[in-house]
Amino acid sequence: MDFWTDPYLFLVNWLQELLVGWGVPAATSAFLLMLTGAFILAMGAMLFVLGLIWFERKIAGRFQDRFGPNRIGPWGIIQPLADMLKIFTKEHITPDGVDLVPYNLGPVLSVAAVLAVWAVLPFTLSLVGADLDVSVLYVVAIGGLGEIAVVLSGWGSNNKYALLAAFRSVAQLLSYEVPLVIALLVPVMLSGSLSLNDIVRGQTLPYVILAPVAAFVFFLTSIAEVGRSPFDLTEAESELVAGFNIEYSGLKFGMFYVADFLHAFTISLLFAVLFLGGWQGPYAVQYPMLGLLWFFLKAGVVYFIGVWMRVSFPRFRIDQMMAISWKLLTPLAIAAVILTALIAKLIPTDGILRTGSLLAANLLLAGCAMLALILNRKKKILKEFPLSAASGFSVKDVTGKTQRSAQ
Amino acid sequence: MTAWTYIGIFLAIALALPAAAIFISWLLGPKKPDPIKRSVYECGIETVGDTWVQFKAQYYIFGLVFLVFDVETVFLFPWAAAYNQLTLFMVLEAILFILILVAGLLYAWRKGALEWV
Repeated sequence: MDFWTDPYLFLVNWLQELLVGWGVPAATSAFLLMLTGAFILAMGAMLFVLGLIWFERKIAGRFQDRFGPNRIGPWGIIQPLADMLKIFTKEHITPDGVDLVPYNLGPVLSVAAVLAVWAVLPFTLSLVGADLDVSVLYVVAIGGLGEIAVVLSGWGSNNKYALLAAFRSVAQLLSYEVPLVIALLVPVMLSGSLSLNDIVRGQTLPYVILAPVAAFVFFLTSIAEVGRSPFDLTEAESELVAGFNIEYSGLKFGMFYVADFLHAFTISLLFAVLFLGGWQGPYAVQYPMLGLLWFFLKAGVVYFIGVWMRVSFPRFRIDQMMAISWKLLTPLAIAAVILTALIAKLIPTDGILRTGSLLAANLLLAGCAMLALILNRKKKILKEFPLSAASGFSVKDVTGKTQRSAQ
Repeated sequence: MTAWTYIGIFLAIALALPAAAIFISWLLGPKKPDPIKRSVYECGIETVGDTWVQFKAQYYIFGLVFLVFDVETVFLFPWAAAYNQLTLFMVLEAILFILILVAGLLYAWRKGALEWV
C-alpha cells in the first residue's frame, strides 16, 4: 500500500499497526479508529457548513445584484466564523409554558438526523464510513427523523404559529417523501443493490442519462424535503412569521440554521451518488482521493442549482404544493419506475440500444407530463374565466402570451 | 466490529455534537430572563386561549394516503434490489402490484381526498 495511491487506507493501516504494536487488542484498536473516524467526519461536516453559508450568501448576493458578505476577510470569507462566535455568546431565551423535553430535543435531533446520513455516504472507493448493504433504506429511515424534530420543536414551543407550521411542514414532508422514495427505486433497480457504494460502482454511465425523469423527481422532492424556496412553506414569514423555530434563540436557533444548510448539501451529495456517479471520474479508481474531488464537484453543481432555484422562484401556495406532489410527481415517479422496469428487462444487455430506449422512454414520459400540464392549465383557466371562452377570445389572452388580432 | 458498530458510534456522536455546542453556548451566554422576554410571541398582543388547539382533519387523510404508499415502497425495495435476477414475469407481477396501488391513488383523487380545502 503506497501513500500516494490511497492516503486514507494507508493512514488507517498505519494507525492500526501502531496501536496493535503498542499492545492494544485488535478489536479495541478497531473500535478506537472507528470512534476517531466518526468524530472527524461529523466534526468536518459541521465545520463544512461555515463554508456553505459563505458560499450560499455570496451566490445569492450575486443573483440579487449585490455583493453578499464582503467585510470580514478576503471576499467576506471569515463572516460565518464571526457569526458563529456571536451566536455562541447569545442568551437562550426559554419562553413560558414550553414543553421542555421536546423543545430542547428539537434542534439537537434536526442536526443529528442530517448528520447521520454522512455515515453511509461513499466519498471515495475506499473512504466510506459504513458500507452498509441497506444504506438506501438507512438514508430514508434517518430522513424520517428530521420530521420528528420539526414536530417536536413545533409542539413544544407553546406557540400557535410554531404549531401550525409544524403541522404544515409534516404534511409537506410526508407528501414529498412518497415520490422521493419511489424515485429512489430506479437507481436501486438499475444497479440491483441497496448499497450506495454499489450504486456508484454500477454507474459507468451516470443514471441521470438512463433515468432523467426519476432524477428530476428526486431533485424536486429533495428540495421540498429540505424545505427551501419554492417549497419553503414551513417558514413562510408573511403568514407564519418564521415557522416552527419561532420561539428559539441563540444557538438553538443556530442549530436549525446549520441543519438547513447541511441538509441542502447532504441531499446534493445524495443526488450526486444516486444519479451522477458519485466519485466516478477520470483516475478515480487508481487514485481514490481524486474521487473525493469529483464527488464534491458534482454535489457542488447540484447545490448551486438548488441555490439558483431558491433565489429565482416565488413560494408555492399550500394547495399547489400538495397538488404538485400527489398529482404530478407521484404519478410521474410511478410511471418512471414501471417504464424502467419493463425496458431494462426487455433489453437486458448493456449497450447503446438499452441506453437509447431508456432515454427515449423517459423523454416521452416527460413530454406526456408536459402536455397534461398544459391541457390542465387551459381547462383551469376556462373554469375560472368562463367569459374568455364565451366572448370569443382565445384562451391564451388570459395568460397574456399571445393576442388574437381584432377583426 | 461490523459496519453497524460504526453506525451506532456515528449516531451517538451526531447527537452529542449539537448537544455539546448548545451546552457550551448556554455556559457562555448571559442569563437574564424577565417576564416580558419570556412571554410567548404573537404579533405583539397577548396570546388568547390554549396553544394546543384542534386542527384540520385534512392532515389525517394525507397521513393515511402516505401510509399506504410508504408500506408499498417497503415491499418494492426488496424487489428492486433483486431486479437483476428476476424474470420478465416477476417484473410484470410487481407492476400489477404497483398498478393496484395506482388505482387506490386514483380513487383518492376522484374522491377529492387530495384537495386542500
